Amino acid sequence: MGRGTYTKIMLGGHRRERLLALRGLALELWRDKTGFMGVVLTAALVCMALAAPWLAPHDPSAQDLRARLKPPAWTVQGTWNHVLGSDHLGRDVLSRVIYGSRVSLLVGAAVVLLAGTFGVVMGLIAGYRGGRTDNFIMRWIDTQVAFPGLLLALIILAVIGPSMLTVIIVLALNGWMVYGRMTRGAVLAVRQTAYVEAAEIVGCSGRRVIFRHILPNLTSPLLTLGILEFARIVLAEAALSFLGLGIQPPATSWGLDVATGKDYIFRAWWLVTMPGVAISVTVLAVNLVASWMRLISDPQEREKQFARQVAARKRRGRGFPVPQEVTPQ
Amino acid sequence: MTPSPPMEPLVKVEGVTVHFDAGRSGFWGQNRLVVHAVEGVSFSINPGETLGLVGESGSGKSTTGRAILRRVPLAAGHIFFQGRDITLVPARELRPLRRHMQLVFQDPYASLNPRLRIFDIVAEPLIVHGLVKNPREAVERVAVLLNRVGLPPDTGGRYPHAFSGGQRQRIGIARALALNPELIIADEPVSALDVSIRAQVVNLMQDLQQEFGLTYLFIAHDLAVVRHISHRIAIMYAGKIVEIAGREAIYESPIHPYTEALLSAVPVPDPQIQKTRRRITYRGEAPNPLAPPPGCRFQTRCPYRSARCQREDPPLVERNPQHWAACWNR
Repeated sequence: MGRGTYTKIMLGGHRRERLLALRGLALELWRDKTGFMGVVLTAALVCMALAAPWLAPHDPSAQDLRARLKPPAWTVQGTWNHVLGSDHLGRDVLSRVIYGSRVSLLVGAAVVLLAGTFGVVMGLIAGYRGGRTDNFIMRWIDTQVAFPGLLLALIILAVIGPSMLTVIIVLALNGWMVYGRMTRGAVLAVRQTAYVEAAEIVGCSGRRVIFRHILPNLTSPLLTLGILEFARIVLAEAALSFLGLGIQPPATSWGLDVATGKDYIFRAWWLVTMPGVAISVTVLAVNLVASWMRLISDPQEREKQFARQVAARKRRGRGFPVPQEVTPQ
Repeated sequence: MTPSPPMEPLVKVEGVTVHFDAGRSGFWGQNRLVVHAVEGVSFSINPGETLGLVGESGSGKSTTGRAILRRVPLAAGHIFFQGRDITLVPARELRPLRRHMQLVFQDPYASLNPRLRIFDIVAEPLIVHGLVKNPREAVERVAVLLNRVGLPPDTGGRYPHAFSGGQRQRIGIARALALNPELIIADEPVSALDVSIRAQVVNLMQDLQQEFGLTYLFIAHDLAVVRHISHRIAIMYAGKIVEIAGREAIYESPIHPYTEALLSAVPVPDPQIQKTRRRITYRGEAPNPLAPPPGCRFQTRCPYRSARCQREDPPLVERNPQHWAACWNR
């Protein structure tokens, strides 16, 4: 965001300069500890999902009825064979958490992208065009919001049959309205600003005004909304799976494991806790990444952050001069 | 009966009327509420000339400027640009027109996109209209423009928040100049700036006018600035032009009582003279733009009000050569 023609002309011409800019960005990330942690965590989670077959100690669906409800290794009755314990069918919880990340991350990311893109585009059109278009889109959203989402999901899933793809489509169909509403509201506010009028008077086409002047100024609220929705989607997938309409066993997801583990919550706390912790860590990591992205997408915040870092280095006595490529240009 | 000097004007505005819809009133919503923002305004501007448009808040001066740019729908009237009637030009044909007329905004803090670099802001008109063939050319053109408005060469790579109000207004002027327009509508370009930098920006605008042969419609409420930059001045009150004349005529021998009151509000920078001056103040309120009274719109505040003012609207007539005013009793 915010990288316009200027950057393309001044930096894009030469590969070396582009690499320098990238290195500058990486250095900036290294200096911002929370953002760095978020990026590392997210990368680790994605790697975990990709490398699941090599990382998991057991087959996630292999049952071992002699080792039912084993507690985690560090408790009195735990064994190192099941590091995070085992469930009511003797399946290894660690392996299930590792494999479950595949479905949960994929569904969460795909739904946020799909619903987000569609909702934002609808919101932009409604807010920018106004009038009858706006009325039509908003009434459509109202109708869909008023319709019980779960019922719609049940109908579609019952007709098409459950699979990961249908789960993604159903959740996206149910979740785009919130993006549309919020985008429209923000567009109405930004539309009134003088710089949008300036762009129109200069002769920009409607599309250029929307994508170059309005959308970049909506990144902060949209990123925040996307993150909140990500967490909600992971749990919504769990709800569908719990009803038998989402992910079908033997496949697994974090949400499904939390849902099935709740029957044993007093006897085997680890069944809900482990996948639950995985969900929280993911949401936290994505949150940290998003707040860092929000920061660097706002030129003013970015420069402030840079100044703070320079001041902190100076205080610690590491002093100036700062390498040139680090300056956010 | 358009007040126009003998030359072929660049812009000619004839009986322009702008109404804004303000919703409905009444129990069933049976009454449409209409704001009479601008009512039958006529004037013309010659090439290379500056017309100052002065009036209080809500008098319709900004709306008039935006009507010329075709940013607000007209209820009546015509706008001629270079002799061509542009009143009914369809929206998609407005783009080529934009090359000829540009706007400088009042608020330099709101008129620059905070997420774009100055280069991208100033180059945008050139790119949108296809006036530059390649990025190198854009860089050169922008550098020339920024230099011309008195900004340092490293300006292009920075973001708007790094600049002061005066510098931002210079950037806004550079953006308006990029297309090499004939007409620039300056909507209170200095009223948001510190007094200390107003003169710099106004002088810059005058220099640019000389250099590029620009024509200005200079909208303002600061009479001192208007006197400095304008060749002719039009005074607006409640959506109508009440007086229009050359600069000296307006300041030395105003005819309309509203003009007199406006001028008396400007302090003179000499305490001896200032002491002897009498401030003309009128009681009463500006008319409700939703329901303007019949007759003269200034009647609610005018000390010279007569029975005729309440019945008939005074027409703008030529009282002295090139000096037009709309008043029954002066």
